[in-house]
Amino acid sequence: MNGLFSEVFLSALLFGAVTAAVPLLLAGLGEQMSEKAGVLNIGIEGMMLAGAYLGFVGAFYSESLWLGFLTGAAGGAAVAALMALLCVRLGLNQIVIGIALTLGLEGLTALLHHFQFSRSYPRLPAADPTVIPLLADIPVIGPAFFRHHLLVYLAVLLVVVMSYLYRRTQLGLNLQAAGDKPAALDVAGIDVIRTRTIAVLTTGALAGLGGAYLANVGAGLFIPFITNGAGFLGIVLAMLARGRPVWVLFGALLFGACLSLTTAMQVAGINIPTDVIQMLPFLAVMIMLVLFGRQASLPAALGIPYERGAR
Amino acid sequence: MSIDGASTASATALDATSAAANRRDVLHRLLMTLGPIVVALVIAGCILLAVGVDPLAYYGYVLERGLLSMLGIQQTLTRMAPLLFLAAGLIVAFRAGMWNLGGDGQFLLGAVTSAASAPVLVEIMPVWLAWICAFVIATVVAAAWSLVPALLRAYHGVNEIVTTLMMTFLGTSLANVLVKLIFRDPGTTVPQTRTLPVEERLPRLFDTTVTSGLLLGIAAIVIVHLVMTRTAFGLKLRIVGANPRAAVHAGLSVPGLTIAVFAISAGLVGLAGAVDVVGVQGNVRADWNPAYGLAVIPAVFLARMNGFAAIGFVFLLSVLSIGGESAARRMGVPNHFTLVLIAIVLIVLAIAEYVDHRYNQSRKA
Repeated sequence: MNGLFSEVFLSALLFGAVTAAVPLLLAGLGEQMSEKAGVLNIGIEGMMLAGAYLGFVGAFYSESLWLGFLTGAAGGAAVAALMALLCVRLGLNQIVIGIALTLGLEGLTALLHHFQFSRSYPRLPAADPTVIPLLADIPVIGPAFFRHHLLVYLAVLLVVVMSYLYRRTQLGLNLQAAGDKPAALDVAGIDVIRTRTIAVLTTGALAGLGGAYLANVGAGLFIPFITNGAGFLGIVLAMLARGRPVWVLFGALLFGACLSLTTAMQVAGINIPTDVIQMLPFLAVMIMLVLFGRQASLPAALGIPYERGAR
Repeated sequence: MSIDGASTASATALDATSAAANRRDVLHRLLMTLGPIVVALVIAGCILLAVGVDPLAYYGYVLERGLLSMLGIQQTLTRMAPLLFLAAGLIVAFRAGMWNLGGDGQFLLGAVTSAASAPVLVEIMPVWLAWICAFVIATVVAAAWSLVPALLRAYHGVNEIVTTLMMTFLGTSLANVLVKLIFRDPGTTVPQTRTLPVEERLPRLFDTTVTSGLLLGIAAIVIVHLVMTRTAFGLKLRIVGANPRAAVHAGLSVPGLTIAVFAISAGLVGLAGAVDVVGVQGNVRADWNPAYGLAVIPAVFLARMNGFAAIGFVFLLSVLSIGGESAARRMGVPNHFTLVLIAIVLIVLAIAEYVDHRYNQSRKA
């Protein structure tokens, strides 16, 4: 048991927590924007998978991680464009289309991977970390938090950007109104459909980026169904965060820590089924909800397609 | 479903026109269902072509294995049994406006508890009683599992999409823990529950391999449909679904009804797991998760939460999944393609419904 609490182990654990948290953070921030604008984006799992697959393929052939992130984000946004067309423009049921997109992308990415790589799982070279000077030399905390890929810091920065966007900009207010009272936004002369489309596309790009990070940096390879529910976790995070980006960050870190703990326990050879540890974050959140469950502040028009003049 | 007014000999002129209208209606519905499926098959066929597989050969095989061969159709009908229970459970929840997205967790917990209890129960009581007991256990466990989301929604107004999703993650893990740690069969090295002997599973229908669970499933979904559309209780639930505030004004106890809806819905989903285990699987292996829930949810929507239409969609799903599984083994197209096909069918059906709706609106206007 001594090895469990050694410095190296602890910083590896925290490092793993951050790595696991980043895809959740990006997905959660994306989903939050959709939900703010009134679109419940259940297809986010499919968008992450599209991002993971295309991100991996992009990085694999171009041998550039950043190009991989770009293709990943584009892949997620492409799926989101389909969702925006069907659910925002045509107003089809968001849950039906979302689940269908998730199922379809699960199948499609696995299928393409099968025909492309057969049963081999090629790996990408390990990503170069960006070492932050001085801070990275702090024992335990340094290696855990300040030796990550550049994208990790950008993702954290995105939390600040999103907070600013929602609180201080016109677009942020428009998004909020599109989710709470779309008719009012329409009367104010702003296109609801366009506002919601922007939100859904951003969600797709962020989810795709999260997926690409998961495949390229987190795992270093693509395997079918690699996201394993991370998109759904993003939905959970976004709903729990009640519209505040910083809460998405905290939630993502909590879930990331539990995921990292699962891996660490296996490495340490502790004989508990991993399922027990996988239950921990959900258990924590459910207990929190039971104890502090108040009226969750979801946008009023969440899940309801907007149609001008309809009553 | 089949309305054939023309066959009545003493058809008056009025009857004849209404019969013609009816026939047009049925034809229209049939066209609106089959047309999109053909379109979806064409789109999915293009994907097959792109990866270098002959789509016609693939579809032929799926059709033969899922629908036309004796063995295939029997497997398809057997697959329908748990899916029908699932659909029945979801219809109750969706009609009452509650998004029970926790189907997979409830299904697995029902499956595991029935798999754990059935082999023990058959040793101490008549087989039929053991089945009933296993069904009751699965129903109660799954219903109890839904209590937390139900209470949170009923008394705290916490959105049930997020809570049921979390409970489904929890339930899947808990089911695995139960299999690995508590109900594990000491006789095997593979982590799985004790196996119910084949002769003590639900009987098969006549001389086929079709499980009698199919009849139970059809009965369940028809009963649910009738309760939801023809009884006062069903009307109450539909009012809660249509407008919860109006329901409060009408003097309905919304929290009580919410809890009832979740219990019935989750109970039926748990029963789906029990029927699958006691009828077909015989045991539950660790990490077994067929994830039926995710495919049935959109199907129930497309059936507009109508029980009879849902039977049709469940049949379609079963043909595709059984045919797809066989084709995966024979033609080297991974089973994942079935997911793509189902997704495209769902999306095209949804679009077709939209187009139809728009067309009707513009004709009225």
